[in-house]
Amino acid sequence: MSFAWAKPYEPKSGLMRWLDERLPLPRLVYGAVGGGYPVPRNLNYWWNFGVLAGLFLAIQIVTGIVLAMWYYSSADGAFNSVEHIMRDVNAGWALRYIHMNGASFFFIVTYIHIFRGLYYGSYKAPRELVWMLGLVIYLLMMATAFMGYVLPWGQMSYWGAQVITGFFSAFPLVGEPIRIWLLGGYAPDQAALTRFFSLHYLLPFVIAAVVILHIWALHIPGSNNPTGVDVKDEKDTLPFHPFYTAKDGWAAAAFLTVFAIFVYFAPNFLGHPDNYIPANPLATPAHIVPEWYFWPFYAILRAFTVDFILPAKLWGVLAMFASILILFFLPWLDRSPVRSGSYRPVFKRFYWLLIADILILGWCGGAAATPIYVAISQLAAAYYFAHFLIILPLISAFERPLPLPDSISSSRLHGEQKEAAPAGISPRRGATATAE
Amino acid sequence: MLRFILGLVGAVFSVVLLISFFSNVSTYLTSPPEHTAEEEFHLHPKHLTLASDGPMGKFDRKQLQRGFQVYKEVCAACHGLSLVAFRDLEALGYNEPEVKAIAEQWATEVPSVNLETGEAATRKAIPADRFPSPYANEVAARAANNNALPPDLSLITKAREGGAAYIYSLLTGYRPQPAELVQKFQAAKTPQGLHYNPYFPNLNLAMPPPITSDGQVTYAPGNPAPTVDQMAKDVSAFLVWTAEPKLEKRHATGLAVVVFLLFATILGYFAYRNIWANEKRKVRVTGVLDPENQAKTARARRKAGVKG
Amino acid sequence: MATLEQSAQGSDPAESTDGVRRRDFLNVAAVSFAGVGVVAAALPLISQMNPPADVLALASTEVDISKIASGQAIKTVWRKQPVFIRNLTPAEIQAANSTPMSDLRDPQTLAERTKPGKTNWLITLGVCTHLGCVPLGTGEGENRGPYGGYFCPCHGSAYDTAARIRSGPAPTNLVVPNYEFVSDTTVRIG
Repeated sequence: MSFAWAKPYEPKSGLMRWLDERLPLPRLVYGAVGGGYPVPRNLNYWWNFGVLAGLFLAIQIVTGIVLAMWYYSSADGAFNSVEHIMRDVNAGWALRYIHMNGASFFFIVTYIHIFRGLYYGSYKAPRELVWMLGLVIYLLMMATAFMGYVLPWGQMSYWGAQVITGFFSAFPLVGEPIRIWLLGGYAPDQAALTRFFSLHYLLPFVIAAVVILHIWALHIPGSNNPTGVDVKDEKDTLPFHPFYTAKDGWAAAAFLTVFAIFVYFAPNFLGHPDNYIPANPLATPAHIVPEWYFWPFYAILRAFTVDFILPAKLWGVLAMFASILILFFLPWLDRSPVRSGSYRPVFKRFYWLLIADILILGWCGGAAATPIYVAISQLAAAYYFAHFLIILPLISAFERPLPLPDSISSSRLHGEQKEAAPAGISPRRGATATAE
Repeated sequence: MLRFILGLVGAVFSVVLLISFFSNVSTYLTSPPEHTAEEEFHLHPKHLTLASDGPMGKFDRKQLQRGFQVYKEVCAACHGLSLVAFRDLEALGYNEPEVKAIAEQWATEVPSVNLETGEAATRKAIPADRFPSPYANEVAARAANNNALPPDLSLITKAREGGAAYIYSLLTGYRPQPAELVQKFQAAKTPQGLHYNPYFPNLNLAMPPPITSDGQVTYAPGNPAPTVDQMAKDVSAFLVWTAEPKLEKRHATGLAVVVFLLFATILGYFAYRNIWANEKRKVRVTGVLDPENQAKTARARRKAGVKG
Repeated sequence: MATLEQSAQGSDPAESTDGVRRRDFLNVAAVSFAGVGVVAAALPLISQMNPPADVLALASTEVDISKIASGQAIKTVWRKQPVFIRNLTPAEIQAANSTPMSDLRDPQTLAERTKPGKTNWLITLGVCTHLGCVPLGTGEGENRGPYGGYFCPCHGSAYDTAARIRSGPAPTNLVVPNYEFVSDTTVRIG
């Protein structure tokens, strides 16, 4: 807690006092998610998604550990072991479907969380490291999800592994040796499968560790808020518990309801039928596609069709990695002192254009690589790079933002307009003090 | 400096993409991709309604039993069902002795070892066994089927786009190749040994029509007449079960879970409102900043003929 | 601001003591409901560790006993555990029947441990009831122990011709599984 008025921890029982004196865990928890952590009082529902992401990480780890009790990581046995889980293991079908859809929902929640950060300027000083740690978490999630998808050893598992490890061979000289080193062979086979299982089990715990750093880094300045204006005094905040535990609690229940509808009534909607066919190295599926959360990157990869100094394949791979790496530089690309998009009208328009662009890229990534879809991906990918690397820096240099409120509590008027007019607008003229 | 470099990177990627774009467009305009027979003649699956459809779907056990009969008498000669065990058939409504009999009388025997000589041998199936494959291995399967491999049917309705409707359409979709197709696309003429079926993505399928005539399978009395259409529907329903034997359990559990979570959401929401009651959460900007007041002001101004 | 706030607060019904109690109840209800949910979610996580359906599908083993001559025994496997099938000689049957019940730690007659009319066929698990080793005595030349039955080398439990415990630390006789004679030459165990 970096706010002076944060309530200090007071042990409620003898046991807690005994524990706290020896290992300050109770006060750590109290200061992080309890009554001792002040949070801006004006957070909207877009702020719920960080906690939801943590919830889905926990769901994935728990279901993953029990699935690992039955999964058999051999090339001839893996597919059948997953079917064994679905048919014979008690509640196995539920655990598998939860884990499978949990991955998709973990990504949905994370994407919304990231888009919140982009809109409200949560990546700006002093939260640059929070942002970068978040990107590290995202990269780890992508690696974990990719390896997890290989484990059932279906057609898409195998061919997805072929394609993604094939990226590395795009790099001259070192590419092919790296690819072979990654796979432990010339093609995805037993060695690749067992090592992917090992790493897939490991990485979620690495993610958990980085999440702790991410939250720790956040708790130094405290959370951002929809106005982007810093917390000034006690009036601006509320203790995390019970206010945001309650808000996060009910929103989690609502979100889990949506999740349950997918798990129990449409469990294969987000997946691909080809992964119910056992892997066959001799038969390539008609359309190899990764899972939906990789589609925008797949579109960027396939958008490069012409050799220009470098081979097209290498451009595609470089652009795909670059599309995430440029995000690390965002705090320095966008130097506007105004954080929140609510007060940056030009930025706001381009933000929605970016969202539309990413959705279009996603749509193209899941479609067949016909000339039309490739053409759209090419334009959309060009806009994506232009947005972050050219447009944003220009906007932040030349934009005229709207006047900001003096403080959070003054922005949340509640009948007391007299004190709290946004800077630049003179108070009261025909304003009726309507009590709410 | 950093922004300059990054801006350059962005410009480079954008330029290369635009080069690719223009090359793509010019290729498309000068030599548009060829229209294929599949694009023109491939049909989407027919509509199929099964008892197991929908969020509250349940299996029609009599249909499943008929479908199993069709599988046994028509499909099992070439297609395995290796993920299903004989004991699983109890879910179709057969009792234990009936399941034992089905296993014992199954045409293909289960591989085993001659305990005296150690040579490969076979033995009759028991309920704990999974359905044995009709062929010893892939090579034997291809040799017996014109180099085509009849896929295992355990997961077929989940492994094909269109699911059960696709299987049903495929089984009932065989027809002579239209003359129009042969005229337009010489290369797509059905080769010797394949069969034309517009529901199959490649239009020409190695499997000959398996269900050819009404009454091919004799159903027990009390069942609908075994027309080709009925048999195809029944076996499709059976294959939905083989792919998802836990479907009913999943639906029932889902109902309980969703109702519980909805209730938890409602309770949680009211607890949240309760906790926030004093914090004047209901903050709506009023006065000059209230959008409604702003609209009123704008309207008043317009009425008075004052600009902006 | 102060005056406005107070007047607003005064009319707030949740401030009354009755409201405070109502407030607690709703929160407690919500948290308890969530708790029930957590417990319900934990149940499948625990139950999934139980044996799956294919293991439970009682694997029954059919064994051909036609080749077992009088005085011989074989070892076979049932539910992944060793099973001893012995064809008792008349002398062994005689020895088993003439043992007084008072000599036995776990009193059982040979008749109770075999099928009527087939008292020469002794079918037991080959798992010592002390700590689970596989006793000796089935193979040719193996040590059959002081009572001529089975002998466990781990801690010295000795079983008699009816596989009943006679000396050593084992508490009970070798377990007789469920079995039936499908024919005179075939036994189905389990």
